[in-house]
Amino acid sequence: MSDRQFGDVVLSFDNVSISFGAVAALTGISFDVHEHEIVAIIGPNGAGKTTALNVINGVYQPTDGTITYKGEVRTRMRPHEAAVKGIARTFQNVALFKGMSTLDNIMTGRNLKMKSNLFAQGLFWGPAQREEIEHRQAVEKVIDFLEIESIRKTNVGRLPFGLQKRVELGRALAAEPEILLLDEPMAGMNLEEKEDMCRFILDVNDELGTTIVLIEHDMSVVMDISDRVIVLEYGRKISQGTPEVVRSDQKVIDAYLGVTH
Amino acid sequence: MTDRTQSAADTFPKLLRERVRTGGDRPAMREKIYGIWQTWTWKDYEGVIHNFAHGLAELGFKRGDKLAIIGDNRPRLYAAMASAQCLGGIPVPAYQDSVAGEIQYVVEHSEANFIVAEDQEQVDKALEIREKCTFVQAIIYVNPKGLRDYDPELVLSFEALEERGRQFAERDPGFLDQAIEKGSGTDTAVILYTSGTTGTPKGVVLSHDNLLITSRNAAKFDRVTSDTNSLAYLPMAWVGDNIFSYSEAFVAGFCVNCPESSATVMQDMREIGPDFYFGPPRIFENLLTMVMIRMEDAGWIKRKMFHYFMGVARRAGSRILDRQSVSLWNRSLYGLGELLIYGPLKNTLGMSRIRVAYTAGEAIGPELFDFYRSLGINLKQLYGQTEAAVFVTMQSDGEVRSETVGAAFPDVELKIAENGEVLYRSPGVFQEYYKNPEATAETKTPDGWVKTGDAGYVNEEGHLRIIDRAKDVGKMSDGSMFAPKFIENKLKFFQYIKEAVAFGDQKDYASAFINIDLDAVANWAERNNITYGGYQEIASHEKVRGLIEDCIAQVNKDLAVDSHLRSSQIQRFIILHKELDADDGELTRTRKVRRRIVAEKYGTLIDALYSDQQHVEVESQVTFEDGSTGSLHADLKIYDLPGLKPMNEPLAAAS
Repeated sequence: MSDRQFGDVVLSFDNVSISFGAVAALTGISFDVHEHEIVAIIGPNGAGKTTALNVINGVYQPTDGTITYKGEVRTRMRPHEAAVKGIARTFQNVALFKGMSTLDNIMTGRNLKMKSNLFAQGLFWGPAQREEIEHRQAVEKVIDFLEIESIRKTNVGRLPFGLQKRVELGRALAAEPEILLLDEPMAGMNLEEKEDMCRFILDVNDELGTTIVLIEHDMSVVMDISDRVIVLEYGRKISQGTPEVVRSDQKVIDAYLGVTH
Repeated sequence: MTDRTQSAADTFPKLLRERVRTGGDRPAMREKIYGIWQTWTWKDYEGVIHNFAHGLAELGFKRGDKLAIIGDNRPRLYAAMASAQCLGGIPVPAYQDSVAGEIQYVVEHSEANFIVAEDQEQVDKALEIREKCTFVQAIIYVNPKGLRDYDPELVLSFEALEERGRQFAERDPGFLDQAIEKGSGTDTAVILYTSGTTGTPKGVVLSHDNLLITSRNAAKFDRVTSDTNSLAYLPMAWVGDNIFSYSEAFVAGFCVNCPESSATVMQDMREIGPDFYFGPPRIFENLLTMVMIRMEDAGWIKRKMFHYFMGVARRAGSRILDRQSVSLWNRSLYGLGELLIYGPLKNTLGMSRIRVAYTAGEAIGPELFDFYRSLGINLKQLYGQTEAAVFVTMQSDGEVRSETVGAAFPDVELKIAENGEVLYRSPGVFQEYYKNPEATAETKTPDGWVKTGDAGYVNEEGHLRIIDRAKDVGKMSDGSMFAPKFIENKLKFFQYIKEAVAFGDQKDYASAFINIDLDAVANWAERNNITYGGYQEIASHEKVRGLIEDCIAQVNKDLAVDSHLRSSQIQRFIILHKELDADDGELTRTRKVRRRIVAEKYGTLIDALYSDQQHVEVESQVTFEDGSTGSLHADLKIYDLPGLKPMNEPLAAAS
């Protein structure tokens, strides 16, 4: 991984804080994410990892500090705008339409790219049909990429959890994002499913050049695939750097193993 | 619908020209890309084949060079096979699910200096092989996914090579025609490595004549025409696929459909609805198991209907297929059944359009065989070998039996040796085992007879009946015949039993290892509220023992009425703690039990079966898909069949 090339800074947090009532979820967080990088955010339960992701894609607004995305400084952004601007994500507890097929679920990821209006879509023939074909093609490429041909027409609710996670990744990819936010992509998976997922994350990063920010609890996964790791504890950043650096940081070890004060 | 089996072309490349001349716009290959079936006409197919052949030539591929082919069934891999043949080279397909070491043996032994690999997985193996086999000049891949960062000095894309071939063809337009003209029917067309039930694989050398004459006979035998559609889903390294997806397609000019991936075969089959189908018994077995599981889960009305009409089918179905007399009442019931059950079922299986289906490779359980025939699917058995370019005997329409494998195939002579071994002579008989004259001499007599290694006899109808491997047929200590495969196949017909290994040669009584079928047993466990943590746990469950015991008791009942096999009733058995696996060397790649290796590996278990122990501890090695190994420890119980004398008392004495 040493010879990997990264581009410019695409996303940066500058002194970002957010609090819910009296609870400070994030306090003065600053970090940069470079183009084409895989960055992992780790930390004990309640450290603010998911909050950080939620701030990136606009679910929460920071109380203080600024976020710069693609050179544009912003303090407020809605999730919808984030999605339009190329930020896609998956969720800790799979959020798919269980009664719909894999294909249809991934198709929903194309939603923002559909141009024809409701009336044209209702009529179906003409431009809407051409558009549909175009989007189906994009979806099929994702299906091919993630090797889920065999479950193309299967209802997502009937799939094992590991595959549902893969479908969710597919839906995020269908939006052709520049930054992909993955919230615990390996949670609840067995070893083989984890290995598959790791391979797909690396493939996405490598083949499509997508920047990836992920939260993960499985340390071996984090250490294997991330270029850089950011460690949070109680809403504060306590360490960051390459996996090797973070692994040997005493503060991180204390945070994870506990320390007697 | 013209008869294309009469032709002067004596090699595949020459035959290809004929295909293009007589039906260049007809479909030759179909593959699903991004979810949509894409068709290659014979003209397209020829274009790819010729471009790639030119490309190979430009890389320095010469007459007599070998091209190793590793991958799933893909149109471009079949094309690569034909391209090598255009240049007078020899394609050597290898089993795609083999680990690198096994493929390395094939590459090394055949001296294949060019390798075509389907995807990243296979390219990685090829690169590993090249480190040891430095004579490999080029590795060509079909699917670029994941290969972007590979050194272009080391690997080449199929398309890039096609492009180079196109340029080469412009510079030297007459080159390929000359190369094709140089070929003749006696040239080697392909080397197929047998999966090796015994020892290291042997390279079976087959000539263009071997394959083409046999395929022409086969196409004529079952009137296979250019309107046929087939599904290519079995390993390309297997002679069956070579004949049915390549040779017969060239001869008859029909269309071969390649599945999207190995996981989608069932859906692809449903979409294509092939009318020509080939599968080893285990495929038919898996399908039946799947149907049965789904029926158990169906509502009671559906279940009742299914069982009622399957009863009707058993009475009338096979007889209708064989054009025998059936009462008007049964005929009408069968018609109703077709509407309600058989038709939809065949549609689900993708078998609605099947005109002829073959099974071979192993004996098929009679109940299994009858199930498909009673649905109106014209399933036939054939008996064949790689060494014969498949065909030795074949059942003709209307003469289908479950216990025999049909009469001698056209142009094949059959005879039975004194020890019961079946011998044959035919135009399909292989040239030799590559670089292995001793083995060739052992198998093929100077006047062209081939020893099959199978024991059998020809019955009054003139049909061949195979009993077992000649060397496996043994004697029990009371002198009666012991045919392990016969017993195992009877056991394997039960949906709960995936694999069985029977013992009894030189012994006082017969015993068996059983592998449960996890799918079927898990489903059964779910319905019976049995919880379990994994394969080992469910396999050793007391209730599962009862389930398996019932199956064995049923087999014993059948054996008891057969005067030859009465002594082979199974008295003790063990349910194994792991599945027998090709990666552990226990099965061949075509999933046949390697009896000797199993006996060596589980010697302690066999000893325990013939002692008065009630349980035995075992430590076994397992190999994972990535080649690493681990070990598995288990304490296995040994079960006695109730009602049978457990020890040391020959059954014959009791009767």
